[in-house]
Amino acid sequence: MSILIAVITLAIIAGLFGLLLGYAAIKFRVEGDPVVDKIDALLPQTQCGQCSYPGCRPYAEAIASGEANINQCPPGGETTMLALSDLLGVEPVPLDEEHDREPVKTVVYIDEQTCIGCTLCIQACPVDAILGAAKQMHTIIEDECTGCDLCIPPCPVDCIHVKPVSVDQNTWRWPLPENQHTAPQA
Amino acid sequence: MQFKTATSPHQTHTSSVSSVMYKVLLALIPGTIAMIVFFGWGVLVNILLACVVALTSEALMLWVRKRPIKPYLMDGSALLTACLLALALPQLAPWWLTTVGTAFAIIVAKHLYGGLGFNPFNPAMVGYVVVLISFPREMTQWVPPLLEDYTLLTFSETLRVIFTGELPLNYTWDAVTMATPLDTIKTQLGLELSVGEIENHKQYGSMFGEIGGFGWEWVNGLFLATGLLLAIKGIIDWRIPAGLIITLLLLSNTFALYDYASYTPPTFHLFSGGIMLGAFFIATDPVTAATSSKGRWLFGAGIGAFIFIIRTWGGYPDGIAFAILLMNMAVPLLDYYTMPRAYGHRWTEFPHHHKEQDDEI
Amino acid sequence: MTVKHRTHHLWHFHGGLKLEGHKAMSTAEPVVKAILPKRLVVPLQQHIGDIASPVVNVGDKVLKGQIIAENNSYVSAPVHAPSSGTVTDIDNFPTPHPSGISSLCMVIETDGEDRWAEREALTDPRQLSPVELRQKVRRAGIVGLGGATFPTSVKLNPGPDSAIETLIINGVECEPYISCDDMLMREQAKALILGCELIQYMVSAHHCLIAIEDNKPEAIHQVRQEIEARSLHNIEVVVVPTVYPSGGEKQLIKILTHKEVPSDGLPSDIGILVQNVGTAVAVHNAIYLGEPLISRYVTITGEGVQQPRNLEVLIGTQMSELIEQSGGYHENAAKLIMGGPMMGFTLSTDHLPITKGCNCLLVENTPEQTPETMPCIRCGACATVCPAQLLPQQLYWHASSKNFEQVQDYHLFDCIECGCCSYVCPSQIPLVQYYRFAKTEIWNQERERIKSDHARVRHDFRQARLDREKKEREEKLRKKKEMLEKKKQAEAKAAAEGKSDAVDPKKAAIEAAMKRVQEKKAAQQKPPSDSAEKPSGDSE
Repeated sequence: MSILIAVITLAIIAGLFGLLLGYAAIKFRVEGDPVVDKIDALLPQTQCGQCSYPGCRPYAEAIASGEANINQCPPGGETTMLALSDLLGVEPVPLDEEHDREPVKTVVYIDEQTCIGCTLCIQACPVDAILGAAKQMHTIIEDECTGCDLCIPPCPVDCIHVKPVSVDQNTWRWPLPENQHTAPQA
Repeated sequence: MQFKTATSPHQTHTSSVSSVMYKVLLALIPGTIAMIVFFGWGVLVNILLACVVALTSEALMLWVRKRPIKPYLMDGSALLTACLLALALPQLAPWWLTTVGTAFAIIVAKHLYGGLGFNPFNPAMVGYVVVLISFPREMTQWVPPLLEDYTLLTFSETLRVIFTGELPLNYTWDAVTMATPLDTIKTQLGLELSVGEIENHKQYGSMFGEIGGFGWEWVNGLFLATGLLLAIKGIIDWRIPAGLIITLLLLSNTFALYDYASYTPPTFHLFSGGIMLGAFFIATDPVTAATSSKGRWLFGAGIGAFIFIIRTWGGYPDGIAFAILLMNMAVPLLDYYTMPRAYGHRWTEFPHHHKEQDDEI
Repeated sequence: MTVKHRTHHLWHFHGGLKLEGHKAMSTAEPVVKAILPKRLVVPLQQHIGDIASPVVNVGDKVLKGQIIAENNSYVSAPVHAPSSGTVTDIDNFPTPHPSGISSLCMVIETDGEDRWAEREALTDPRQLSPVELRQKVRRAGIVGLGGATFPTSVKLNPGPDSAIETLIINGVECEPYISCDDMLMREQAKALILGCELIQYMVSAHHCLIAIEDNKPEAIHQVRQEIEARSLHNIEVVVVPTVYPSGGEKQLIKILTHKEVPSDGLPSDIGILVQNVGTAVAVHNAIYLGEPLISRYVTITGEGVQQPRNLEVLIGTQMSELIEQSGGYHENAAKLIMGGPMMGFTLSTDHLPITKGCNCLLVENTPEQTPETMPCIRCGACATVCPAQLLPQQLYWHASSKNFEQVQDYHLFDCIECGCCSYVCPSQIPLVQYYRFAKTEIWNQERERIKSDHARVRHDFRQARLDREKKEREEKLRKKKEMLEKKKQAEAKAAAEGKSDAVDPKKAAIEAAMKRVQEKKAAQQKPPSDSAEKPSGDSE
């Protein structure tokens, strides 16, 4: 008799939970989430391809499909990795050793004496940040340059050079205090 | 001319963590002396032993965790933990009991949680509870306070008892230890005696003194006095002991009025056991207490309520340690729901507005 | 003579500190003009907003008060020549900033004549409309002189939706050591009151409260006397208790009116405008005397200077010269601070120019041993003193672990960086630096986000352009093919029709010739009969 009661009780509980879960599945159904857009929004849009994908959006799609890891974006550095881990609810993954440090933002500039006006760099630039025409000297629009360095390899005369983005009083950032052993860590 | 650069403000108050800790330690002295007077040298031996163990464990853990040893060892926090724990232990507790409790407090409850400032639970109380539930028999070896029928052991006798477990000739454990007033009340109430009958009992009556148990009244009174001084000086937060004492008073008064035979009177509650030590010195440990003003009131009140519940209906004669640990658990919740309203904000904005983001993920 | 003053009801703000004033050391002597320097280095960005761009060239002669750099946008301010002389350089020079980064400056070699450009002095400014007056304030390059350096003309134009009820003139000067506003009120009470009236007129405020801390009895007396002498009824001196930081705009508003500025709003949203006493005097000078903002009172003080004092200093004067005129450094001088001890920032050198926002140079001696930084013990002292009623300890926790979303949930941007929390912290944690770190990081992330959004748009645009070009190329190719196809079809048709109709005789001749050849071949090899048609397809 008592075993019957136990079985009946369990059956009822199982039934109730089934109903509850079913209801929850309908009530809290997540609509098709444009997760690729959200990931893409966090990426630095340098379009540099260092993640081994041909641009930021393809990398975002690869992350969304689970194909790529979240630590493959050197220009984004730790900040981007942490933002991605936050968005996707996955554990942070340490960056590769070489990209362990905070990435230094860079832009490129053209040594105008050497430039022969071949337009190869213009074709390589993913954000149309290079001005110029055939046999004319080319120049970089510094504000538009993302520092992807994709224009450097095609240049036949090596006239494109990298420089760090200059910091002025308005873009300067306060450093964290030294002697951090007392502070809570991320 | 070249100058040093530093971040503002360029003036600071002279207070430091160690000055806070040492002031609290200083305030423990009068109550401790009273305890030595009433309960014998065991109190002092326990304190010294606990301090040595605490400092050794602290140094060891700092070394293992590769932290600078000197500033942390000198900050006084380990000493305070040791003293609070030692004061809570029975006076003739064997040396290994004190050692285990203190080492557990420092190594596990403090350093494995991240060291000073990061431990969610009061280390002294964790150490106390660990030995209380592991070694219940040793934990009842309380020396009765200076009564006619009992004689306090001399210093060397005390040392011998603590370190070898051997009693002096002609002594038995029953002769040197006895149940505390709280313990007695609990046992006898269980035997269906009324509070009045117990207090006037020919065997136990004398231990109840005037208010909270002979000797205990003095100890608690002195801890209360120095605790008040600390609160006035702003070294400890007054809201926690206030919340604790008011709640305990209210609850015990209500129940005593309802049935004075089965419930002990409020004065007894306040002046027996380690109430004042707990209220002013242990519960006020800032690391493990709530931080907002309202949160601190609630934190103290919660401890008071748990103490009353455990004393009245629980399995242990006193429940300060459990009450404090239970409320330590509630601290994040208290802090979250008692956040002050920031300047220029409305009450309704907080603290729930970032909940939406969590739901999204 | 004792006069009864109306006592204004005062409220409290949360927290705050009672600090030692140390003000008397620099108020003993009257303010004198600093010696005219041989060389002035005038930064072109001395205000919040966009940098001004130079309108004179190297080699140009300039007159005192002449505009040397113009503002290009609304939130900006022009810069004037502080004295007459020759522009010798326009380049990046170190200016006082916590980063130590240089910014664009104009160097003027002074000619010692201190010759003014033409000044337009007004005797009755009320003939002009508030808008015209505001324009004059704008041209005079006036910015908030309390230290925030926000362009005053922008603040004087709160917009049509917010009517200003109360004008608050801030003479609180709550930071220790600083006494330039105190001295200004003592010595220029008349200009101050006239300036207040002007501002009141410009924003049509009903009444004006001049708030002064009770540790400045002399200033209170002077300003009150001036008000009584002119028997003004809508300007009132309110004496507030000395608590740091009651000179903070939001805190002062709370003290005087019990109102709070909404977190996402401005004082004008609650009908209040706050201006510093120095700004009011500068407005007076600009309107009544026609003199732009080219000098200010600067306190040179601290235990590290021999003769602490206040000087009237031309903008662009080197700090080292001012220290020299204050008796030089004490032998133990160790720290040079621009501003006060609570909110000022340290400078690594004294070869920096005085700017519009520089109210004080504080020289500190080598401090006694400061205790080492310890972990936070959650004592909550910081929350008790925080005048913005924040939870500094939570902010610290999230800022140090770079949790920038959480730190904003705890209202990081309501922090006024007053330093009270760091001051009381028993663990000596440099809390304010953590907040500044988090703020500048968050601003940087915002800039990066805007930049990356921009890059995405450009990339997408380029991608679309490339796609379009590819499509266009394909389309062209397809069209060409189609045309060829059509042509071929047309020809095939024509060829088919040509058998019946008379066609090109040349072609017919070739075909005939080929036929003959093929027939010959066929005769030799006996080919299949239908192969004769094939070569015609290749003929073009």
